[in-house]
Amino acid sequence: MLAKPSPSPETIPAAGTLAAGESASPEPGAPEAAAVLADAGDLKGHLRNSLVRLRAGDTGMLPVVGGLIVLAVIFQSLNDNFLTAGNLVNLIVQGAVYMLFAMGMIFVLLIGEIDLSIGFIGGVAGVVMAELVFGNSGVPWWVAVACGLAAGAGIGLLNGLVITIIGLPSFIVTLAGLLAWNGVMLIILGNGGTVPINDDNINNLANGLLSPTAGWVAMALLVALFVADLLLADRRRRRRGNAVPPAGVTILKIVTVVLAGIVVVAICNVDRGRLVPIRGVPWVLLIVLGFVTVWSVLLGRTSFGTYVYAIGGNAEAARRAGVAVNRIRVQVYVIAGLMGGVAGIVYASRLRSVSTNLDGGTLVLYCIAASVIGGTSLFGGRGKVIHAILGGLVIASIDNGMGLLGLSAAARYVVTGIVLLAAVSLDALASRGRASSGLS
Amino acid sequence: MAEAPLLELRNVKKRFAAVHVLRGVSMTVRAGAVTALVGDNGAGKSTLIKCVAGVYQFDEGTIVWEGRDVHITSPKVASSVGIEFVYQDLALCNNLDVVQNMFLGRERHRGLFLDDESMEAAGRETLAGLAVTTIRSVRQKVAGLSGGQRQSVAVTKAVMWNSKLVVLDEPTAALGVAQTKQVLALVRRLADRGLGVLFISHNLEDVLKVADSIAVLRLGVLVAQPEKTDVSSHELVELITTGRSGTRFPASPALAKQA
Repeated sequence: MLAKPSPSPETIPAAGTLAAGESASPEPGAPEAAAVLADAGDLKGHLRNSLVRLRAGDTGMLPVVGGLIVLAVIFQSLNDNFLTAGNLVNLIVQGAVYMLFAMGMIFVLLIGEIDLSIGFIGGVAGVVMAELVFGNSGVPWWVAVACGLAAGAGIGLLNGLVITIIGLPSFIVTLAGLLAWNGVMLIILGNGGTVPINDDNINNLANGLLSPTAGWVAMALLVALFVADLLLADRRRRRRGNAVPPAGVTILKIVTVVLAGIVVVAICNVDRGRLVPIRGVPWVLLIVLGFVTVWSVLLGRTSFGTYVYAIGGNAEAARRAGVAVNRIRVQVYVIAGLMGGVAGIVYASRLRSVSTNLDGGTLVLYCIAASVIGGTSLFGGRGKVIHAILGGLVIASIDNGMGLLGLSAAARYVVTGIVLLAAVSLDALASRGRASSGLS
Repeated sequence: MAEAPLLELRNVKKRFAAVHVLRGVSMTVRAGAVTALVGDNGAGKSTLIKCVAGVYQFDEGTIVWEGRDVHITSPKVASSVGIEFVYQDLALCNNLDVVQNMFLGRERHRGLFLDDESMEAAGRETLAGLAVTTIRSVRQKVAGLSGGQRQSVAVTKAVMWNSKLVVLDEPTAALGVAQTKQVLALVRRLADRGLGVLFISHNLEDVLKVADSIAVLRLGVLVAQPEKTDVSSHELVELITTGRSGTRFPASPALAKQA
């Protein structure tokens, strides 16, 4: 290290003369400072900044987007059904469950912890909902859904309280939860083993389709919202004299989002039916996008979000800054539980039933994989909700693509495991890169 | 300096079980000046500042803050009277950017949401006001900053909240030559803006560069608190290691008793 011990007497006269020279020549003055501090406002400067970040290990979404393209190319070359409209929509619906689970998991990963019970939280939420609407119970569908969600959030609250009040590691508490809630799910399911869902509203959550026109309208609204927000934020920044991202970057973002919206809706609106026409954007896509928006705003634009990141980055620093660390941690587990519930309900809706086959263990591993593959760090403090979508798509692509190739579930597990390992390695290497660049 | 000191410790004592860590220390910290606290390992420097921070409490003696007796019972009390600390381990979140770190726990809001724009502008102005010029963008993550830049952010964070006294615990430990220079210049500017600075260091070179007044602790006793202009580096080394230096700084009675 560079820390010097107390210097020996003979070195000190030199120090004295240095001191005199120092105080006479202060650092450059303040007027210059403002110019230096402002961000490079042009496209070139922005690109250079991105390159610096990239080299420092902040790879962002680059690996996962690259990975998706590679997967698409591989699967399409092996089986040309992969990139058909029908299969792509399937992919969205399959991936939605992983995405929703992963959104909850990302919150927990951000504070540097883990929730292994989230899969069976989904299971319990699904079975609670299914039992409530089973038969001619007369319970409205939305009451059943609300009860399922409440069960999920409640279990999350319990996790959070046990972890923070008793001070146990999240890994152990939620591992216990994985076993216990699996048991609870089985008990509620009883001997029958399967509870079918006959409520159309619930089944439409995952299987329902918007009419083609409604799909366009919904997408136009979402894109307009995004663009308006982006432009308004830029205007506010400019008014304050803050650095504004170069126009080129803003335009690029807008074009990307508009194109993505058009492509997705266009694909979904292709008639993919064999016997009867089937077309339209799945409802579940709107559910996923809605939650992504809500959670992104919560993480990016509120004190709560800042604290979540701060706790993951340096919990001690957050505590010293006056953040109620444990309260935030409990809230994070509630969000994870709630999202587990949402995902479990969508999963039940997709299968139109809940059965003892629900494997919460695999689901939790898939959603951890989705989060990490998407770019969220296992080591806390780094990640975004949008990573759930990208990571969920990767997991669904592997599952779906290998299914198309007729490979067994065993082979899918192996490949998913390898992809997860690769993603975690990338994460670890990247954080090592960040650590070393931080010392430069 | 006719006006009352910003902070005055009067015969403060602290013991942990049988160990007398501070055995009656009286010293002053002036506003607008850098007061260095030096001493060998085990001299009681850290205990002294932790008591000022409210982490521990003195067993005996009084703390006089702006001419009034105060009881600093917790870190909250310390910051409410205007004492801010920059800890040795920085207490920054590497994964947050400069502005987020500066406002952590005291964010500004516009309705339900963060007022990022105003925080960014304020953070930039504060940094510029202290002539912290090496940080290119306040939206940069702290992880990407050098040790000196991080220390500058930590110090700037401490002065953003109307603080009157900034206590720095070894701010230049683990920094390179150029970065040390940068942080010392910042410390100097704090004092020039009228804040009191209490600065712990093992490095006499640094101390002689920035301090106005140098308090020397040895074995829990304040041996002397000369002005920088009134003491040579040779005398300082003697004071730190033996507790006395020639006839100008005779051994303090407390230490003599022990010997």
